[in-house]
Amino acid sequence: MNATGAAAPVTADPAAFTADEMMTACAARALHDGMTCFVGIGLPSAAANLARATHAPNLVLIYESGTIGAKPDRLPLSIGDGILAETADAVVSVPEIFNYWLQPGRIAVGFLGAAQIDKFGNINTTVIGADYAQPSVRLPGAGGAPEIAASCREVIVVVRQSRRSFVERVDFVTSVGFGDGPGSRERLGLTGAGPRKVITDLGVLEPDPATCELTLTGLYPGGSVAGVRAKTGWELAVSDSLTVLQPPTVAELTALRQLHDGAG
Amino acid sequence: MAEIVSLAEAVARAVHDGDSVAMEGFTHLIPFAAGREIIRQRRRDLTLIRMTPDVLYDQLIGAGCASRLIFSWGGNPGVGSLHRFRDAVENAWPGPLQLEEHSHAGMANRYVAGASGVPFAILRGYSGTGLEGLPGLDGQPAIRSVTCPFTGERLTAVAALNPDVAVIHAQRADRAGNVQLWGITGVQKEAVLSAERSIATVEEIVGELAPEPGAIVLPAWVVSYVAAAPGGSHPSYALGYSARDNDYYQAWDLISRDRERFSRWLAEEVHGEAGSLAGAGAGEGGCGS
Repeated sequence: MNATGAAAPVTADPAAFTADEMMTACAARALHDGMTCFVGIGLPSAAANLARATHAPNLVLIYESGTIGAKPDRLPLSIGDGILAETADAVVSVPEIFNYWLQPGRIAVGFLGAAQIDKFGNINTTVIGADYAQPSVRLPGAGGAPEIAASCREVIVVVRQSRRSFVERVDFVTSVGFGDGPGSRERLGLTGAGPRKVITDLGVLEPDPATCELTLTGLYPGGSVAGVRAKTGWELAVSDSLTVLQPPTVAELTALRQLHDGAG
Repeated sequence: MAEIVSLAEAVARAVHDGDSVAMEGFTHLIPFAAGREIIRQRRRDLTLIRMTPDVLYDQLIGAGCASRLIFSWGGNPGVGSLHRFRDAVENAWPGPLQLEEHSHAGMANRYVAGASGVPFAILRGYSGTGLEGLPGLDGQPAIRSVTCPFTGERLTAVAALNPDVAVIHAQRADRAGNVQLWGITGVQKEAVLSAERSIATVEEIVGELAPEPGAIVLPAWVVSYVAAAPGGSHPSYALGYSARDNDYYQAWDLISRDRERFSRWLAEEVHGEAGSLAGAGAGEGGCGS
């Protein structure tokens, strides 16, 4: 049984959903019911709200605007959307959300986007170009991400994949994944475990337990290793237990489209 | 003690060329009317401080009011880039903009330290990021470390923010100048308490402040100027009074994308008649679409 009724088939026709919908459904499945989740806006927010609308109704959504336990029935358009405050269990100040709630490691999962990500899961949202003072592209900057990446017990990244966005080494480390590799997080005193999954429009990457390098562990129906490698800016390792992930269910697609429609 | 004055008078008296100005409002209650008034009065060489220099500071930067910016996230929320901010950083138009860049946690703690009357704040943050190595506006490292005197643990230290002026928008004030705000209250209380002077624009001035769940009240004796500016947070919103104008944020992307179109907006909507009306609270300054 699912939200759309008993007669719905388990999975949808592959032609009937987009790569973004596959990515969002896959990201939603990474969240479990009852979890606490610090949500970035954009792709992460869509996935977190999809999880709440389907298999994880008790997911606790926390936004950096200070809204704890927000229950929007449409996608919020910004982290300060009125619907977040109106449906939250509690609304706290910005210093409080970072100091009392995020910093001590109370939040299970941080859900982040990225402009650039490297093979050790480090994220850049600051500048493109080697020289910070003379950037070729000035990006928005850090926001809450550095401390979300440091202090949530684990991190999930949702990002569209291309050679431009998936690079050997990010131009600027805005938020630390595994730094230079094994042992970096411990040396830096970062309390959370770091990235658990990177979910893209082509598949799912997870850190290799020994090398910390992002490794392809999941493909989407119809995808290929060569296709993912063609859009990765480093020599992408592939897991021995590579699996093909289930397409979005009709229930997931219906819920996701309703969330988007509601956002108008 | 707060004086109740017009917005034009509040800006004229509180904001001077060369000042450091913190305009806060975290996605909600953003003081847009006050921003337009600062542009209209042609303030120059400001050090602008704001966690999220969104469309508000895109307008001030494009208008040439700012020489320096202290911030943690500079985008058009839900839309994309801030084109005037990017043009200033990438091409020094209309002039160079010196940056000091932080994370939200760092900025929030800097305000807390400023409001608390201590010289710095501690947090677990910035470790291993590129932000650690960036200089502050004075050329010295903006992110430092401190050793806990009790445990010996190394923690991150950031300097207190004590702006010359803080500017916020709130739902209401009473005739004595006590200011009340609720909903997402961001870092406004800390910004006002950290600053030398402050301006609060409000949706309305009432006889008595009715209690609201979760509301913050800033007593009249910590606020310098209160000015009525109904709709003064448009295109953001004031919970209980207005809804966020998402179309304006989209429209801003087009207005701000090229210098000529932006300059026309500035002339027509801020310095022109439409702008004057908005400043008087009789309109909201159209987005030109």
